[in-house]
Amino acid sequence: MKILNKQTAPIAVNSALSRDTQLPHLRIQPSHGWVSLKLGELWEYRELLYFLTWRDVKVRYKQTVLGASWAIIQPFFTMIVFSLFFGNLAKVPSDGIPYPIFSYTALVPWTFFSYGLQQSSNSLVISANLLKKIYFPRLVIPISSILSGIVDFALAFAVLIVMMLLYGIFPTVNLIFLPLFLLLTFITSLGVGMWLSAMNVQFRDVRYTVPFITQFWMFATPIAYPSSLIKNDLLQMIYGLNPMTGVVEGFRWVLLDTDTAPGPIIVVSTLAAVALLVSGTYYFRRMEKSFADVV
Amino acid sequence: MSDIAIRVEQLGKMYRIGGKQERYFTLRDSLADIVISPFNRARSVLQGKAYGAAGLEETFWALKNVSFEVKHGEVVGIIGRNGAGKSTLLKILSRITEPTEGYADIFGRVGALLEVGTGFHPELTGRENIYLNGAILGMSRQEIDHKFDEIVEFAGIEKFIDTPVKHYSSGMSLRLGFAVAAHLEPEILVVDEVLAVGDAEFQRKCLGKMSDVVNEGRTVLFVSHNMSAVQNLCEYAYVLSHGGIRFSGSVEDAIKRYFDDIRTNSREIVLSDRTDRQGNGPFRFVGLVFRDKEMGNVLESVISGQNVVIEMTYETEDGLPPKGLRVSIGFWTITGAFMFACSNDAVGVDLRLVSNTGKIYCEILNWPLSAGDYVYTLYASQDRSMADRIKDAGIISVQNGDFYGTGRIPSPYQGVLVNYNYAI
Repeated sequence: MKILNKQTAPIAVNSALSRDTQLPHLRIQPSHGWVSLKLGELWEYRELLYFLTWRDVKVRYKQTVLGASWAIIQPFFTMIVFSLFFGNLAKVPSDGIPYPIFSYTALVPWTFFSYGLQQSSNSLVISANLLKKIYFPRLVIPISSILSGIVDFALAFAVLIVMMLLYGIFPTVNLIFLPLFLLLTFITSLGVGMWLSAMNVQFRDVRYTVPFITQFWMFATPIAYPSSLIKNDLLQMIYGLNPMTGVVEGFRWVLLDTDTAPGPIIVVSTLAAVALLVSGTYYFRRMEKSFADVV
Repeated sequence: MSDIAIRVEQLGKMYRIGGKQERYFTLRDSLADIVISPFNRARSVLQGKAYGAAGLEETFWALKNVSFEVKHGEVVGIIGRNGAGKSTLLKILSRITEPTEGYADIFGRVGALLEVGTGFHPELTGRENIYLNGAILGMSRQEIDHKFDEIVEFAGIEKFIDTPVKHYSSGMSLRLGFAVAAHLEPEILVVDEVLAVGDAEFQRKCLGKMSDVVNEGRTVLFVSHNMSAVQNLCEYAYVLSHGGIRFSGSVEDAIKRYFDDIRTNSREIVLSDRTDRQGNGPFRFVGLVFRDKEMGNVLESVISGQNVVIEMTYETEDGLPPKGLRVSIGFWTITGAFMFACSNDAVGVDLRLVSNTGKIYCEILNWPLSAGDYVYTLYASQDRSMADRIKDAGIISVQNGDFYGTGRIPSPYQGVLVNYNYAI
């Protein structure tokens, strides 16, 4: 058989024989219970992921006057407000670091996270037309919507570097861990984003809860205050269950060389983020089959 | 072993419908629901059940027990009325939605074309949208690079390639969308009604491209209302009706069968039980009859040149007489060539109906079609939104007649007959 195929293939590419050996076979049937994650397929569609992310980046600041400076304005002005009220008036401690830079270092990853959360939770509903007309792994949609926030992150981060230089703070060798904390932010955002976007397809209530969740989550994250306010070790662990706690403390440790031991909180946060990611992926995959019918 | 491209076995798709509207009867019920149901719903959400699955008792099989096989290189048409299950079948085969039962085996890469220009973003330029749309349709970047010039040329938008698509005319973006899709090269192509858009010239171009695809020996599954397109492109066809395959065979026989379904023995066409209608109501056509203008008797067939009155019976669901009504009846040959249409606004007649059920009359003097069978579509809009549309509502057969009053009979399928004269 093999030899025969080798002979026929070059002459008649379209012959039935060569087809049998080359053509992929796919079975379409109802899925039951817990389905496989099909991550390999996601990899096959990486170009689509790239193009969708690229589209979101390109379109994001079209027809705005201030353009990409919005990426900086949002965290920067929040930092000013925080510095004014929490730093100056309420005298919130900041682990011995100038308050503006203390809060801004946290606001940079936080803005990336909250942007990702908002975008991804609405992503499937916005892409309803795509879902109804063409097949691709649906996971591409929330992932690309979060990834498009990377550009904003980079811009806000550049401002952070400038601020650090102005304050005379230089990052240590720990800087090499920064990508890991960025990844942790992404994982958290995606984990929650998959839960919320899949739910949003059926319950538009999600749209109204997201601003609330974001606000609540912001106060539950040590952005305006240091996590060192919590003295009890056990409480710190519980606090670390919020993956963003680990992210923010990680960013401060990496960039500002705070004393916070990155260990326990970050481990707990990472575990929590991974749990969110895995559960989110399974939930998403399970709901995926009904997206086109319901959205 | 075999050269099967698509094998479908006992495929079925069930939708849950209705129920939702009757959910809240009273304020008390809905308040109770607000308190109790979030917990129930939250539980069902976490279990991954569809929304209110238990509450929606009424189910509807859009597709049931469908089995067929398509060999490599075959071009198969799928015809049927609206709501017969054609689109559901294509959606399952292109993996957009999952079947409820049965399975389909597919051997080869599937390219699905259910809409042109899917995912176009108005803010992006033509160039950018080609890449985006190509990626969405499953083309790789190199593939798009390679075919880019060809796509632009096919769409005929060279000058505007770097203009945002939002500044394009609808025809231009349509052409661009089709151009990208036409350059897909999967082994199996699944095409929905996409050719039914655009102007006549562009439709011809699309059909030309489609026959190229067919001639390249690819497998094509083609859904269309355009019978001449189906006839031109396909060798075989399936007739789908009420979610099942009613007929399969040569395309000629299939088209005949499709129109046989529409043709009824009764002379008075009952439309009230037609479920394949579009539009949001409340105006609905419930019946139709052709009458001789002078005698008033019901006609089984019309003679060319005869004076005819088409009597349409309507009702409105909400019991109010319809306002801002526009009614139209259009005639096509059974191969899909458009003949003519009569609408009340074209002749400046305001249909101010006073009751919620009644009749509308359309008088056609000197019936202008030559011998043959013609299929008609009814359309009604209220305040510019579609109220009711019944595609292929019925067939009227036309007998030879002395249209010109010369004692000669025009030959069949001459198209529309007009009053004219010659002189030197």
